[in-house]
Amino acid sequence: MAIAGVLLKRSVSVVPVLAVVALIAFLLLRFSSGDPVAQLAGDNADPAAIAAIRARLGLDQPLPVQFLQWLWRLLQGDLGISIVSNQPVLTLIGQRVGPTLAVSLTTIIFSVLVGVPIGVLAAWRRGGWLDRFAMWTSVTGFAVPTFAIGYFWIYLLSMQLGLFPVQGYASLSQGVGLFLWHLALPTLTLSLVYVALIARVARTSLLEVLNEDFVRTARAKGLPERIVVFKHALRNAAVPIVSIVGIGVALLIGGVVVTESVFNLPGLGRLTVDSVLARDYPVIQGIIMVFGGAYVAINLLVDISYTFFDPRISAQ
Amino acid sequence: MFNDFSRRSLLKAGAAGLATGIMPRIARAQSSRVIRAVMHAPLRATDPLINTAWTGRNHGLNIYDTLFSTDSKFQIRPQMVEAYEVSADKLTYTFKLRSGLKFHDGAPVTSADVIPSLQRWAKRDTMGSRMMSFIAELKPVDERTFQLVLKSPYGQVLPTLAKPSSIMPFIMPARLAAQAPDQPVTEFVGSGPFRFIASEFRPGNRAVYERNADYVSRDEPSDGLAGGKIVKIDRYEWISMPDFQTAANALVNKEIDFLEAAPHDILPSLAAAKDVVVADYNPLGFMSVCRMNWQSEPFNRPEIRQAVMYASDQTDWLDAQVGNPEYYQTSAAMFGVTTPLGSEVGWNTKSDVARAKDLLKKGGYKGEKVVMLQATDSPLLSGSSTVTAQKLRAIGMNVEVQTMDWGSLLARRVKQDSTANGGWSITHWVTTTTELMNPLANTLLDTRGKAGGFFGWPEDTEIEGLRNTFALEPSADAQKAVAEAIQKRAYDVMTHIPGGQFRQPVSHSKALKNIVRAPAPLFWNVEKTA
Repeated sequence: MAIAGVLLKRSVSVVPVLAVVALIAFLLLRFSSGDPVAQLAGDNADPAAIAAIRARLGLDQPLPVQFLQWLWRLLQGDLGISIVSNQPVLTLIGQRVGPTLAVSLTTIIFSVLVGVPIGVLAAWRRGGWLDRFAMWTSVTGFAVPTFAIGYFWIYLLSMQLGLFPVQGYASLSQGVGLFLWHLALPTLTLSLVYVALIARVARTSLLEVLNEDFVRTARAKGLPERIVVFKHALRNAAVPIVSIVGIGVALLIGGVVVTESVFNLPGLGRLTVDSVLARDYPVIQGIIMVFGGAYVAINLLVDISYTFFDPRISAQ
Repeated sequence: MFNDFSRRSLLKAGAAGLATGIMPRIARAQSSRVIRAVMHAPLRATDPLINTAWTGRNHGLNIYDTLFSTDSKFQIRPQMVEAYEVSADKLTYTFKLRSGLKFHDGAPVTSADVIPSLQRWAKRDTMGSRMMSFIAELKPVDERTFQLVLKSPYGQVLPTLAKPSSIMPFIMPARLAAQAPDQPVTEFVGSGPFRFIASEFRPGNRAVYERNADYVSRDEPSDGLAGGKIVKIDRYEWISMPDFQTAANALVNKEIDFLEAAPHDILPSLAAAKDVVVADYNPLGFMSVCRMNWQSEPFNRPEIRQAVMYASDQTDWLDAQVGNPEYYQTSAAMFGVTTPLGSEVGWNTKSDVARAKDLLKKGGYKGEKVVMLQATDSPLLSGSSTVTAQKLRAIGMNVEVQTMDWGSLLARRVKQDSTANGGWSITHWVTTTTELMNPLANTLLDTRGKAGGFFGWPEDTEIEGLRNTFALEPSADAQKAVAEAIQKRAYDVMTHIPGGQFRQPVSHSKALKNIVRAPAPLFWNVEKTA
């Protein structure tokens, strides 16, 4: 099937997925504890004032009516207005998406650039000191909590050596140097676990491929080991690595909350937590829809990339 | 040791060189005209009548002004008002605004702006609505003069107009004050010393204020919330940092200038930092509160409520919340320890377990479940609940602690249902002393019951009668006597248990000078040296 066909088929299949996401997001919030009206009304509000605010926000309507109203606006690209800040949800998400996207991209790029070579070298020199060191680092990456790594980098590289700022974010428009300078510690912090993950998958995948007949044939032909590993084996081992990178990107988007808090990055993770604590329903629903859409898009990209690494997939 | 030192020095020197190289155009020392401040919470909602939290009040103090203000000695002083007169029969107050007052959009502040601002505010504020119930007419006389005509003499007109905490009577342009009181204004134009830079506002992340060059300050020193408001910086950035350890590191690293509410356990390390000052500028501090629900078993019985008080010990609560005795003080005062109405009548703040058990028996306690709502967002909120749960279990009560975040607790505590249906029995929280120092503003002493009282819904006609007496009483001495009677009665019927008073010092760069001592963080008068 041509790539266009794959794209069309997968795009259509996205619709029911997002519809289910929308329904679950809506119901989860309505059935969870907490009430945005109680927070908005303040300490001195009497029952009549609370009822007036509930009516103004449309929260006194039956749930199916509220859901359909939200869904109708959603279909028109309107995610609603924040109950707390009175600003459009799209504006709030737009203000926060930059830092999350930036730290996710730098993390995944750094993780791939470091993790894949480590995995390849570990597989190539299986059982050697490099393999053992890579796997030890990998276990450490999984075992140490992100916030602990973050505080370690802050202590060492900011407080002691003064190399990087403790916190904050600078957008690209403020200069590439400033942008990268602020992202350095969050990227180093978040990357550790992804470097570990990618290195392990790359090692395992490559070890499997290195035992296959075509590799033996390539070696028998007298090809240099460098060509055998990097040109023939690595491409055949790429599908699991690409899968794990894709999953990694998806996990990163939703999983940067701790890093955003430790390094004070004004991203979507923090907006999510703030909105949940304030029971700001429209914002939470909007973020869930954006995250849901991002997950689906990433999965689509990963599927398409398979056809590049393994032509047999596109032929099926 | 020498080798270690050398290596470390070399590493630092190398890092410094590297840092200099890789930090393009980054000014490590910030501008002396900009203050970057991390406050106790971020600003999300910007209408100070809708956002009744302290963030709303602090935001309002920057961009709006008030007719009167309260100084550090609790004296009420004119702020926007130039002069005022009270008629001999004490029924007519005539106010004249200072000349030259302008809103941030350039329009002059007139009587036509003041009146709708007060009317909108009074619909949201308990003291304001009580005052309005005494007002026959609020009318403009000319552009700068307006009159407040009472139906009968009311002793709290000026204290109400000078209310020092949420919800404060901020003056807005008439076109904004026309907004319904339960709907937030969407434009932020005041006549205060700072302008709000809406284009840079990121709800929950950053709010930016710039000096209002047109602000006409009173020609007198700053004193509490009153006096001159001369802004000596160009810009003040209110930054949010969810992690206080990060904020503390940023202060030490000179990335910010001011940290409002570092947890008490971080304060010693901040005080030891080279360029950081830890100081307390809020003389009134904060009070913690234990509140029981009068509408549900078993706390619908006064003996059982009193049993809780006698089982309690303020020192234990404050140790769990604050830890360091340097920052707290036990006190029975319901109106604040050092305020004009402060009194120690009613309780010695210590436990008397035998008496508590006796009261439990007298109240006929039969093991009814006590549902305690515990917010776990910070030690200030959660510490005292843990202590109380243990104290109540020790006298034989059946306690179920339900932990949750503050947002969930706010939603739960408005429920008047039985505990079996989602209601609650007892909870703790923290408030500013400023909000408690006047019996009319003190919502804990609102004893109108379910009809409109504050959650917990105590009902007592005697306290309500005393509050009305207080409202009408013009003499300070007589007011103090009435306030003491209210406190005594409140202990008798147990409206709530005061949890003691504590201070929350701020931490700031040594470059900041002349910070005003006030019940809210203020950035006028502050200088930042290079």
